[in-house]
Amino acid sequence: MSEKNYQVIKGDVKARIDRWISQYPADQRQSAVMPALRIVQEINGGYLTRELMDEVADYLGMPPMAVYEVATFYSMYEHKPVGKHKICMCTNISCMLRDADDLVEYLKEKLGVDVGEVTPDGRFSIKKVECLGACGEAPVAMIGKEYYGNLTRERLDELLDSLE
Amino acid sequence: MAEIPLNECCYRLNHLDRSWDIDVYMANGGYEVWKKVLAGELTPQEIIDEVKTSNIRGRGGAGFPTGLKWSFMNRHAPGPKYILCNSDEGEPGTFKDRDILRYNPHQLIEGMMIAGYVIGANTGYNYIRGEFWEPYKRFDNAVKQAYEAGLLGKNILGSGWDFDLYTHLGAGAYICGEETALIESIEGKKGQPRFKPPFPASYGLYGRPTTINNTETLASIPMILAKGGKWFADLGVPGAGGTKIYAVSGHVEKPGNYEVRMGTPFKDLLALAGGVWKGRKLKAVIPGGSSTAVLPAEKAMEMNMDYDSIAKAGSFLGAGSVIIMDETTDMVKALERLTWFYYEESCGQCTPCREGTGWMYRIVHRIRTGKGRPEDIEMLKDVSGKIMGRVICGLGDAASIPVASFLEHFEHEFRHYIEHGCSIYDRA
Repeated sequence: MSEKNYQVIKGDVKARIDRWISQYPADQRQSAVMPALRIVQEINGGYLTRELMDEVADYLGMPPMAVYEVATFYSMYEHKPVGKHKICMCTNISCMLRDADDLVEYLKEKLGVDVGEVTPDGRFSIKKVECLGACGEAPVAMIGKEYYGNLTRERLDELLDSLE
Repeated sequence: MAEIPLNECCYRLNHLDRSWDIDVYMANGGYEVWKKVLAGELTPQEIIDEVKTSNIRGRGGAGFPTGLKWSFMNRHAPGPKYILCNSDEGEPGTFKDRDILRYNPHQLIEGMMIAGYVIGANTGYNYIRGEFWEPYKRFDNAVKQAYEAGLLGKNILGSGWDFDLYTHLGAGAYICGEETALIESIEGKKGQPRFKPPFPASYGLYGRPTTINNTETLASIPMILAKGGKWFADLGVPGAGGTKIYAVSGHVEKPGNYEVRMGTPFKDLLALAGGVWKGRKLKAVIPGGSSTAVLPAEKAMEMNMDYDSIAKAGSFLGAGSVIIMDETTDMVKALERLTWFYYEESCGQCTPCREGTGWMYRIVHRIRTGKGRPEDIEMLKDVSGKIMGRVICGLGDAASIPVASFLEHFEHEFRHYIEHGCSIYDRA
């Protein structure tokens, strides 16, 4: 692979992606597309752009379309700006049975934004997600990489206050 | 209620401080089986025989006998072969594998090593769903510890056997729990299931022979071989051995994971979970995750938690994900949420599923919002019946079973919505 002038895939970012590439057979670089997209999304403040996806495609030797397919198939990739803290509320059956819908309504009211929107200060956005696989602690939210369980309105208040 | 033995297999170390550390695992018999295997004291055929004796059936939801699955692989076939672990735990109501990854990752690693050896695979990948960051870090750290201890890598403990183990992180897609979608995902593609045959044992990851097992299945293997297949079989019922982790959620006082013996009465499991919350009565139970048929309370209270008994009651053990609903539950609203899930998660490949899941959601949604039509019930039955068996993977059936079973047992609630525009619990 020739050394190109990539905007994002260089230095530490390149090293992180290369570590993932190294765990697949040498002729299967595209297997690292999911971690590569996750890493460049993280670097870009939580969402992907056409330029980022194209850079990943070039770096992994994939047709850009194949990268767009992956980037739009999996729900953890974003294609427009999100809050610094993306609040992913599970609303699936086990959380629903323990009033997750009320928490979504409360968040909308408290933050003054709808699901899918970002607060004007850029701190928070709300996303409804499918089962997070932690139903024993329902209702559950994922904020960033962390899970928060047994949520109530009060616990959400404390949690949001504790996040910068 | 007699004393119920808990945590005899996958969760046997969960009560210990830093149970995820290799020192704790090795102080409790960990990696002893792996060392015996490497020393040639247990041959692949002996391991398969022992696993068959144990009567363990796949814990991911399909319940396929693990020993039989392993016997499909020709370990002497030339070229790379792969062992994959399915930790893409996404079935609504399921959260058991997360606690194996967090609290007993080494037992899973040892299970993957052994499975790889049996099928002749020198490489393994554990596919962990992307949301499981903390479990991933635990597992990844445990893998590092196993490398440092010389239990993974090249020429392990001088045996001449090589085995490398890696993690692949998902990024949010329920369908990747389907084994061929999982393979596609590791190959860097959309997670769309493959048409079968060929099955993964002949054409799997990168077109190579591959075996895929669930996390709980693989984590059970070291215990089966340490204590014997008969020990495991005797814990369970005829035809289905062992312990089973039941993830109990919904309207109970103490939701959580309960590793009990296969065949434990449902009512005892419910009591373990503290009973129905708020002193309310039980209305309905989904015994095996959202894709299994809902059962009314009276049927559930009579069944035992094993494949045959749950099947007799009219449902399926699935992944052992027990969702409890109390007497205030609006079944139309519950089904509306489930139909939305399958609509959202259909990969879009097969027309009956892609279109049908949307139809089912829209019909249940309009019933729930008071716009239902008298013919909607028949339409729902018709659409769900026309998805089942007409698609290439299990998601279509999984989407149809809730619809069919909610209507079978709670049709009157749907009719009430259609006739009165509100739930049976609303005062009109």
